[in-house]
Amino acid sequence: MPPVLELRGITKRFPGVLANDRIDLTLEEGQVLALLGENGAGKSTLMNILYGLYKPDEGEIFVRGKKADIHGPGDAIALGIGMVHQHFMLVPVLTVTENVMLGMEPIKQKLFLDREAAARRIRTISEQYGLDVDPYALVGDLPVGIQQRVEIIKLLYRQADILILDEPTAVLTPQEVLGLFQVIRSLLAKGKSIIFITHKLKEVLEISDNIVVLRGGRVAGTALPQKSNERSLASLMVGREVILTVPKEEAQPKEPVLEVENLRVKGEGAHIAVHDISFDVRAGEIVGVAGVQGNGQTELVESLTGLRPAQSGVVRLLGKDVTHASPRVITEAGAAHVPEDRQRDGLVLSYPVADNLILNTYYLPPIAQKMLMQEPAIQQNAERLVAEYDVRTPSVLTPVGSLSGGNQQKVIVARELSRMGQLVVAAQPTRGLDVGSIEYIHSQLVRKRDAGAAVLLVSAELDEILSLADRIIVMFEGRIMDIVPIEKATREDLGLLMAGVHPDEHSADAAAVKEAA
Amino acid sequence: MNNDNFKDTRRARGLGIAFLVFAALMLILFLPGTTGKQQTTFAFDLELSRALPIGNLTFSTQGMLYLLAVLAVFLGAWQLAKGFKQADLILGVVVTLFVLAFLTWAARDRSVNMTGMLQATLLRAVPITLAALSGVMCERCAVINIGIEGMMLIGAFTSALVGSIGKSMWVGLIAALLAGGLMGALLAVLAIRYKVNQIIAGTAINILATGLTSYFSSRYLQVIHELNRPPTFSPLPLPVLSRIPILGPVLFTNTVPVYLMLILVLVIHVVLFYTRWGLRTRAVGEHPKAADTLGVDVIKTRYINVILGGMIAGLGGAYLVLSSVARFDENMTAGRGFIGLAAMIFGKWNPIGSLGASLIFGFADSLRTNLAILRVPIPSQFLLMAPYLVTMIVLAGVVGRAIAPAADGEPYEKQ
Repeated sequence: MPPVLELRGITKRFPGVLANDRIDLTLEEGQVLALLGENGAGKSTLMNILYGLYKPDEGEIFVRGKKADIHGPGDAIALGIGMVHQHFMLVPVLTVTENVMLGMEPIKQKLFLDREAAARRIRTISEQYGLDVDPYALVGDLPVGIQQRVEIIKLLYRQADILILDEPTAVLTPQEVLGLFQVIRSLLAKGKSIIFITHKLKEVLEISDNIVVLRGGRVAGTALPQKSNERSLASLMVGREVILTVPKEEAQPKEPVLEVENLRVKGEGAHIAVHDISFDVRAGEIVGVAGVQGNGQTELVESLTGLRPAQSGVVRLLGKDVTHASPRVITEAGAAHVPEDRQRDGLVLSYPVADNLILNTYYLPPIAQKMLMQEPAIQQNAERLVAEYDVRTPSVLTPVGSLSGGNQQKVIVARELSRMGQLVVAAQPTRGLDVGSIEYIHSQLVRKRDAGAAVLLVSAELDEILSLADRIIVMFEGRIMDIVPIEKATREDLGLLMAGVHPDEHSADAAAVKEAA
Repeated sequence: MNNDNFKDTRRARGLGIAFLVFAALMLILFLPGTTGKQQTTFAFDLELSRALPIGNLTFSTQGMLYLLAVLAVFLGAWQLAKGFKQADLILGVVVTLFVLAFLTWAARDRSVNMTGMLQATLLRAVPITLAALSGVMCERCAVINIGIEGMMLIGAFTSALVGSIGKSMWVGLIAALLAGGLMGALLAVLAIRYKVNQIIAGTAINILATGLTSYFSSRYLQVIHELNRPPTFSPLPLPVLSRIPILGPVLFTNTVPVYLMLILVLVIHVVLFYTRWGLRTRAVGEHPKAADTLGVDVIKTRYINVILGGMIAGLGGAYLVLSSVARFDENMTAGRGFIGLAAMIFGKWNPIGSLGASLIFGFADSLRTNLAILRVPIPSQFLLMAPYLVTMIVLAGVVGRAIAPAADGEPYEKQ
């Protein structure tokens, strides 16, 4: 039997870039093919070709052994190919039913939309694959995990049997990832075939039957999950040996740099996002803040950096009260901030790299002399930082928005860490970045720590916290569940704390259950 | 969740207080100038009307003012104590009470014809509604149409010229639809194909339309009168329905373009929310890429909607000529295209909402003329302003922020 899908020699050129270079790929029925690669390796381009959004310059596509001409999404849909895009293709103001039926609407009385018929089909699909969702809910009101279900239902509604999932876990919490994997297994059980695009190595090993690694637009190699490990996949992906654990000495904490006492912060609207929390961060240590997203971390960071007013409590930076200080005062007092949403809060995307590198020093000499900006000084500063922090950019005058995510983040890191800061607040500093960039940013944070700075690292990735932090604060519903030194931290205990359960309580409960039995 | 509730209660209380303020204003503003003996008459019959006569309503001015104020106080107290489920609707009622109080005061010792005023309201709302519908068609698929004013002007000009030459209002009407469609196509090509900034494209259309029509009008239409004398539509009373008091003369004794407008409101509403085309149009306006990935042709959808929008604007222009003044004058649209855009926004990009908003503007307009007749001792500039002010306050404060289609004004790039 021929494979469900076969790509032969797919080549796609963009002006100045060879995005795909003679790529071959085979997907067998009922299997998961993982397409692994760093950002910019050509994964999304390849899938957009398969889905008819791009036209390949060379190469052929075979579906179930037959040569296929795909000129648009309509052709792909007709061939049973469906795609869940990394950024969901859902209309928030329409209902689940309307989103799903769009483009294939059932009609009654020859004219009117038959929403009920579509909703019935959605319910059937929901039951069949365990994709529970209310057909009449507005998509904009649904959490991200459920929106992803709607995307998958969209494909099944069109009777797709080749499903492309583009970075499906990037936006999900660990629990939602488990749910997605269950869905994937039930899809496979019903004979669907799946292409799973990701750069997360653990997931690949867990879910795939076959692995194709792309690098620089080419197939760098293929692998079987049974015969691979994270290390071998990472080096295949990056093209060199990758250090997955961050080398670092034991911390030598000194005097407290950041002291937080009974800090209370309001979230959007009236609810309290941070409930009277207290902690400190000392010079020469990295304190990690772990927690499922939306448990007050964002508001905590915004409050510490002066972007969100504190309701009560005290924040001291090097002994100085900065509770109600403006961002500039806090910055000048020695705080650096790597914001959570780098494109919104960290950069001016349309500005050149050079200007982005002076966003918080533009008014100071040597960048400015009295009223006037000093072009040569800006240029020099940029050239120096770009070289020092390994920012890959055609020139320092390139708009920062046209750089890759990893290089955008390096621009922020360069700007923030190059100053003489005593405190670094880094929120989700490696979200969505490729292995190489992650490695680099981790090493920079450790370097800063060893230079005597206090680092507060907020991350939703438990692995990141475990490999970098010296002490771990676990937040749940705006409160600190516990502060755990790294020597005593285990993945299981942290997971329980993140879910709002104290491990000793849990074991006591478990013991009680045993006794009762 | 809690937060929403909190906002809701605060808003509910604010509305209750607003109702009481309206009641107080009725008494403070209108009571002092009246005496106990004065009487106000509301007339309901029109001359030359086929409707069954129902006579006039005459009552004590002060009595009526007290009655209206008491009603508003009651609604306010109820709102504060228990709260109405449809508080916005009640606000509409209270504002209506206030307007009635104003009319009661303005028409003391005199008579005001309510049916006539409603009739004028609808007629003045027709071109505004058509402009708003044109806007709805375009913006629902994410093309901003600032050029409605110009499209209406071209429609008006064409209907006058072609109607005069063809000696038929029908020919004029169809020509105006075609001319409007052509202007829509021009906007579509500029905005969709060449991705010109849509505000600029629309402004260019307005300038082009003003220039073209003014030139040809002063050169030909104003000189050769045979070219500017189109036959007009006369009112077509619907059997039976036109005999209903008040409603008959207001709704069912109208010219063809007026009926067309009312039908269009319903048709566009049904098409937008209950048909395949409408669902696709809205998806294209909100998230064109999502529509594209499902095989919906974004470009084609936009072209068709914008051209249809242009035709509706052309109809609005034709109405001005063929249903009312029977000739073309320079800049005769007088900003109705822009007011229509405002009505579209107030109406939240919905056809029925647009009609409602247009009726408020139409009412403001007809109120002004009536007050002039009643010789109300208020400077006419203020009379001109007041209804718009009330409208703006009510709509901005109460209807809440209107949200445009998410992709409005953005050209679609297919990579």
